[in-house]
Amino acid sequence: MARVRVREMMPPGHVRTPAYLRGKTGEIERELGPFANPEKLAYGHEAEKRDLYRVRFTMREIWGDGAERPEDTLDAEIYAHWLEQVDD
Amino acid sequence: MPHDHHDHDHFHHEGMSPSGHPYRADNDVPLTYWQTMEIAMREILIEKGILTPEAVQLQIDAMDARSPANGAAVVARAWTDPEFKARLLANGSDATREMGFDIGPMHLVAVENTDAVHNVIVCTLCSCYPRNLLGLPPDWYKSRAYRSRTVKEPRKVLSEFGLDLPDDVTVRVHDSTADMRYIVLPARPAGTDGMSEAELAALVTRDSMIGVGAPKQP
Repeated sequence: MARVRVREMMPPGHVRTPAYLRGKTGEIERELGPFANPEKLAYGHEAEKRDLYRVRFTMREIWGDGAERPEDTLDAEIYAHWLEQVDD
Repeated sequence: MPHDHHDHDHFHHEGMSPSGHPYRADNDVPLTYWQTMEIAMREILIEKGILTPEAVQLQIDAMDARSPANGAAVVARAWTDPEFKARLLANGSDATREMGFDIGPMHLVAVENTDAVHNVIVCTLCSCYPRNLLGLPPDWYKSRAYRSRTVKEPRKVLSEFGLDLPDDVTVRVHDSTADMRYIVLPARPAGTDGMSEAELAALVTRDSMIGVGAPKQP
């Protein structure tokens, strides 16, 4: 599975990338296909399609070693323009 | 004793009713900006003949008619029909559309509970919920406490719902952040061999399809 990092940006306006996942690395669980960009849609602007992915994170990655159970996981849908490839 | 409490002196109904229920505060406040906007928009659409009051009422009725019984029928079908279950897990929208439950422009992802994995659904950003299968979300689903705590301490949250998971079960939290909606396919309870689809559906609770509960035992 491809490893990706959620971009650590804080743009103003309506975004669907939760702040607690920004800067966190996960694996693509599945590709969902193209969906209209909600950051435009929310304001009634013409919204281009962006690829959407389900990304799986470990609780350790999100909350650190103090996670309730570090091996548990969290999946979230993240748009392609919020993801960067991780090479390692 | 609440029934002994008489409170005739206050104009505002504070405290308990004579039957022991707390009064809800009167909502004698001006309309909010968005409430005014909704009324204005609805009235204009009706005046211009784009909508009718009947059409608005029909839509409200259709929304209110959706209930967890829809989701329970889907789960019971998956428990009894392995091919349907495979289709449901591969493409939840298409599989539930077969049964007449159209999710509209959203897409449905069904996630399966097993001996090794327990799934739970949350929407941290707002209140995304598979309304076509489960009806309106319960109030707690929209609360800040459920939305923030489920992604951080899901086991503690589940335990408060009465669900204590063994340590060798992995918890998978699903945050509905965008265009997917989620339903949990709970594990079929033991001792249900030979039960009909309708009998099985009666065991499927709303909470078991959100992932905060287990199905009823037969």
